[in-house]
Amino acid sequence: MKMRSALVVSAAGAVLALGLSACGGGTTTNNSGGGGGGGSEAPAAQPTYNAGLEAVVNPSTKKGGTMHMAISEDWDSVDPGDTYYGLSWNLLRIYCRPLTTYNPAPGNKGNEVVPDLAQSLGEHSADFKTWTYKLRPGVKYEDGTAVTSKDVKYAVLRQLDKTTFVNGPTYFNDWLDLPKDFKTVYKTPDVNTDQAIETPDDSTIIFHLNKGYGGFDNFAALPATCPVPQAKDTGIKYREHVVATGPYMFDKVQTGKQYTLKRNPNWDKATDPIRLALPDAYQIDLGVEANDLDNRLIAGDLDVDLAGSGVQTAQIATVQGDPNLKARADNPTVARTWYMSILNDNPPLDNVDCRKAIIDGADRVGLQTAYGGPVAGDIADGLMPPMIGGWKKLGLYPTATGDIEKAKADLQKCGQPNGFETIITFRSDRPKEQAAAESLQQSLAKVGIKLTLKGFPTSEYFSSYAGKPAYTKANKIGIATNGWGADWSDGFGFMSQIVDSRVIREAGNYNLSVKSPEIDGLIDQAFAESDTAKRDAIWGQIDQKVMEGAYVLPEVWSKGLLVRGKDVTNTFINNAYQMYDYLNMGKTS
Amino acid sequence: MVTYIIRRLIAAVLMLVIVSIATFSIFFVIPRAAGVTASDFANRYVGVKGATAETVKATAEKLGFYDPLVVQYGRWVKGIVAGSEFDTGVDVEHCPAPCFGYSFITKQPVWPDLLDRLPVTLSLAVGASVIWLVTGVATGVLSALRRGSIFDRGAMTVALAGVSLPIFFTGIVSLVFFSYKFGITAPGGSYTPITENPAEWAYDLILPWITLAFLLSAAYARLTRAGMLETMSEDYIRTARAKGLREPRVIVKHGLRAALTPIVTIFGLDLGLLLGGAILTETTFSLNGIGKYGVHAIAVGDLPQILGVTTVATFFVVFANLAVDLLYAVVDPRVRLG
Repeated sequence: MKMRSALVVSAAGAVLALGLSACGGGTTTNNSGGGGGGGSEAPAAQPTYNAGLEAVVNPSTKKGGTMHMAISEDWDSVDPGDTYYGLSWNLLRIYCRPLTTYNPAPGNKGNEVVPDLAQSLGEHSADFKTWTYKLRPGVKYEDGTAVTSKDVKYAVLRQLDKTTFVNGPTYFNDWLDLPKDFKTVYKTPDVNTDQAIETPDDSTIIFHLNKGYGGFDNFAALPATCPVPQAKDTGIKYREHVVATGPYMFDKVQTGKQYTLKRNPNWDKATDPIRLALPDAYQIDLGVEANDLDNRLIAGDLDVDLAGSGVQTAQIATVQGDPNLKARADNPTVARTWYMSILNDNPPLDNVDCRKAIIDGADRVGLQTAYGGPVAGDIADGLMPPMIGGWKKLGLYPTATGDIEKAKADLQKCGQPNGFETIITFRSDRPKEQAAAESLQQSLAKVGIKLTLKGFPTSEYFSSYAGKPAYTKANKIGIATNGWGADWSDGFGFMSQIVDSRVIREAGNYNLSVKSPEIDGLIDQAFAESDTAKRDAIWGQIDQKVMEGAYVLPEVWSKGLLVRGKDVTNTFINNAYQMYDYLNMGKTS
Repeated sequence: MVTYIIRRLIAAVLMLVIVSIATFSIFFVIPRAAGVTASDFANRYVGVKGATAETVKATAEKLGFYDPLVVQYGRWVKGIVAGSEFDTGVDVEHCPAPCFGYSFITKQPVWPDLLDRLPVTLSLAVGASVIWLVTGVATGVLSALRRGSIFDRGAMTVALAGVSLPIFFTGIVSLVFFSYKFGITAPGGSYTPITENPAEWAYDLILPWITLAFLLSAAYARLTRAGMLETMSEDYIRTARAKGLREPRVIVKHGLRAALTPIVTIFGLDLGLLLGGAILTETTFSLNGIGKYGVHAIAVGDLPQILGVTTVATFFVVFANLAVDLLYAVVDPRVRLG
């Protein structure tokens, strides 16, 4: 009887999944449409542990209800031109439409770029410097006015002003072929910017880059390409009323407290093959105490933990220990690596063998424990996490618990047979980083390397201390605890900011240790490579070079224990965001 | 009396200036002494993944970090008195007085933020204070009158627990049981303005009130008990009884009134502190009040918000003290202000 029930439920789920596919319309990788609802051909799954990693849990096309989301902190901004949080890039697609986006589908299908506001993926020139997109006809703003390519151009250009929009990424600043006399759309509104972005008609937009890049469709998926009508742009205050192009528009904006969204009457499903627009409204509460948030999610009082990073440490055992709760949980690996930079400005760490002694001597099981054990992350043997294209297991430092003999041999080679002393920094308000630093201190003491711990507050960690070359060099910092998450799941999106020595700035750096001309050269090769497989392979090679040079001690590839909302439909992990995909969730009641 | 009040008001303004200078100094002077530059400060406000040197420089200029500290402080004070201007990118916005500046992070003016959060903190503090004052004083009086009884011992044990248990423990436990398991109180984060629906307002806040009052009424019960025990053994109480006064009158008019003086003092301080932000309670119950706002401001290093919260908190503490001093004259006829 039980088996029969299960079969019936499975069959029903499969039918619903097919229904979702029909709503999505079309395949996931063609150039004319996207996935939809969980992605076409997305398998449906019973609500079991980790079911959401590769399948849609509780698939449904039922409309109605209010999706109640919450987050323990605020994020940078709801302005698509001023945000750099993964949760925000995931969420904002309910109210705005970038040129392209990531396929709303479970598993690796979620990494595929699909057209959104654009009719198809970009058409490029032979040198990958020119990218052309055609907008879908009939897309309108919430006030009923038509979206044009000029609005997309304006949106991209306005967010280049990084003194007004400080939060967003700088990819367009770095890659667009901008005229030298262009400052910002506000300061130099009359400068002709056609050499960077052309809009020959209302539906065509052409990007001109200063160097070729084969993966530009990922740039087109940045929130910065969400159209902004120039007449409605209020600069930094635009976040108080973002003009919607997606199926929802802001109803009430209470910065730092709550956002509510309602249906956008001018969104037309006929123009949008990837969105289902199931709930009638959204309520997003900010600043909810983290443990209380978990309790409410578990109790069903909340539908989604918007942060998408998983339950607090206090709740991990509860979730794992209760079969019913565990069946509502997923434990995805996310594109985030916790690592320690081994700074090589001062001796003896300017010697590669001394750096290797640190990696060989480190008890990485202890480091994993410091971050919360296997449920919080897998032991990393490279910088690049497994879901990034080109990843391969490196195995250069195979003994995860620390190889004391090999570490001592490394010390012999670097002329420090009795070990040495150095300083390790960590964020003092992050207990896990402190625990990791203490764990490393204990394991390296066994090989004669004495670490002195130095903690700094997060708010100043990168700006004034561990991310500032002048400080780390003058204060003889040898190791800096660090973490990095991908902007998108390819080598460029993950690695470019943390292994390229040419992006090291006066302060605010996440990389102070990887300074290798050979690696810089490989990065340039990757930029110029048009073939995805070959490009991925180069990024894999870069990862290997980083480890061969012992520039970083990788700790864990982060994982989170996420709990699905009790009454939420279409729940699955999208690998592009490494959290639940917020685009097509619905409510059962 | 009037002279006294004017003198205290001048002292209060001076106190606000001193506190703001101290906050400003802690934020800027101490880090600068440790080698932090204006660019380092600006780097904190240029996004989560760093920025170019030009952007950092432009941000430092925009936020005025290259100016001498006196100039920066003067600009902040001028904003409160005369308002200030803020570049939104598209145009320059005027922020009318009292302008506590714009957040370095959210770019929102601080004063409306504070006004928006004040009703939450006021509601929490006033509601809880009524409960803790009534229950604390009543428990203390009864315990003193029944010294050594089971009630006395039980009440003092509960009081000890109340003082000892941190609110982030009692708060979370009470939320789990009363809100999520039994569903009889509102979940965390619930708040309805009293002007919209008074019953809903009380329902949303009853659990935070009780949790906060549990902590504070315990201290008041112990304080009242000690005061009453001392007062009730005074000669004038014996005299009052010898004169044939009824016991309730002896207890309330002669005993409690004398024992209330230290209670009024501590109540003023507690209420003033809470009005400046019941940090733990607001955080535990996810209430968007002044305290939670201040904690977040400190965590992200948002000076205008920090200055706004400390100024408001100082204002409440100073004026609660003034109110206490004025109440002294009512509670204790021997006190004369002048």
